[in-house]
Amino acid sequence: MNTRRYIRERFFPHLWCPGCGHGIVMSALVGAVDSLGLSQNEVVVISGIGCSSRMPGYLDFHTMHTLHGRALAFATGVKMGRPDLTVIVPMGDGDAAAIGGNHLIHAARRNLDLTAVVLNNRIYGMTGGQSSPTTPEGDRSTTAPYGVLDPSFDLVELARGAGASFVARSTTYHAQETRELLAAAIAHQGFSLVEVLSQCPTYYGRKNQGGDAVAMMKTFKQITAPAGSQRAAQDPGLITRGILVQEPRTEYCAAYGELVRELSGHEE
Amino acid sequence: MESRSLKEELSVLIDVDWCKGCGICVAFCPKQALSLDEHGKARWTGPEDCVRCGLCQMRCPDLAIELR
Repeated sequence: MNTRRYIRERFFPHLWCPGCGHGIVMSALVGAVDSLGLSQNEVVVISGIGCSSRMPGYLDFHTMHTLHGRALAFATGVKMGRPDLTVIVPMGDGDAAAIGGNHLIHAARRNLDLTAVVLNNRIYGMTGGQSSPTTPEGDRSTTAPYGVLDPSFDLVELARGAGASFVARSTTYHAQETRELLAAAIAHQGFSLVEVLSQCPTYYGRKNQGGDAVAMMKTFKQITAPAGSQRAAQDPGLITRGILVQEPRTEYCAAYGELVRELSGHEE
Repeated sequence: MESRSLKEELSVLIDVDWCKGCGICVAFCPKQALSLDEHGKARWTGPEDCVRCGLCQMRCPDLAIELR
């Protein structure tokens, strides 16, 4: 695959730190779009604010860089106006679960055909390493030098509870799996959320003795297991990977279109 | 025989201007076909050992590696 076809080379090298996992997720996303045979003119990538939200700047699709936490609201507008387009929303854990937490749950509830990609590095990287809602309890950040007291959000369970019809999870170590899950999520008719654990060696790794990017990726391999595998069954403490929710449900644009057709019929 | 022809046709191209030297490609290469040079940039130093699996391209966070 020719990756460069899908990126804006003039903005490279990108601004992400050495070893940051976000570039791996971007590469997987480009691979997923390529594998689905989508034209660049059919794809819209919309982000909010944060390290991961710099992604649309690097991608040669229709792109929007919007307000912190509000990317899903903008994406809702785009999708309602042009249901024929494929809309992808890369988000960070803070963007998705804190600032935009309400947009996330309601987008999931409506089941609008959007693909939310949450690049979860468990910390606010861009602003200096503060705790996020996904920083594991007891882990350190610049705002929690003695460890975070708050229990963390499980984004998969959050999305499931809010009614998302497709939810999956992977890590940057599992780059091929991430690409396949992203392709499945984009192809899914309805709201899909893919959580990808991504390493932040600069803040999360340094604050938690996680080591460098390579060590953090090895940790992703150790602490996760494919859902339904023997390893996952033997150790419930492991984080499960793969497609975790996949339930066909009425898609919002389809229901809206149906309503418009029905009411137009009454007027005639 | 197909892998033989792939091996002859495909090269690992590294853009040193984009590479930030994180070492991910070097650490996870199953054949130790990559290494970091004196400037801390990734180099394809073992083309004869390389099996062209493409893991380096997939895991490169800088999009600096292409198998072509």
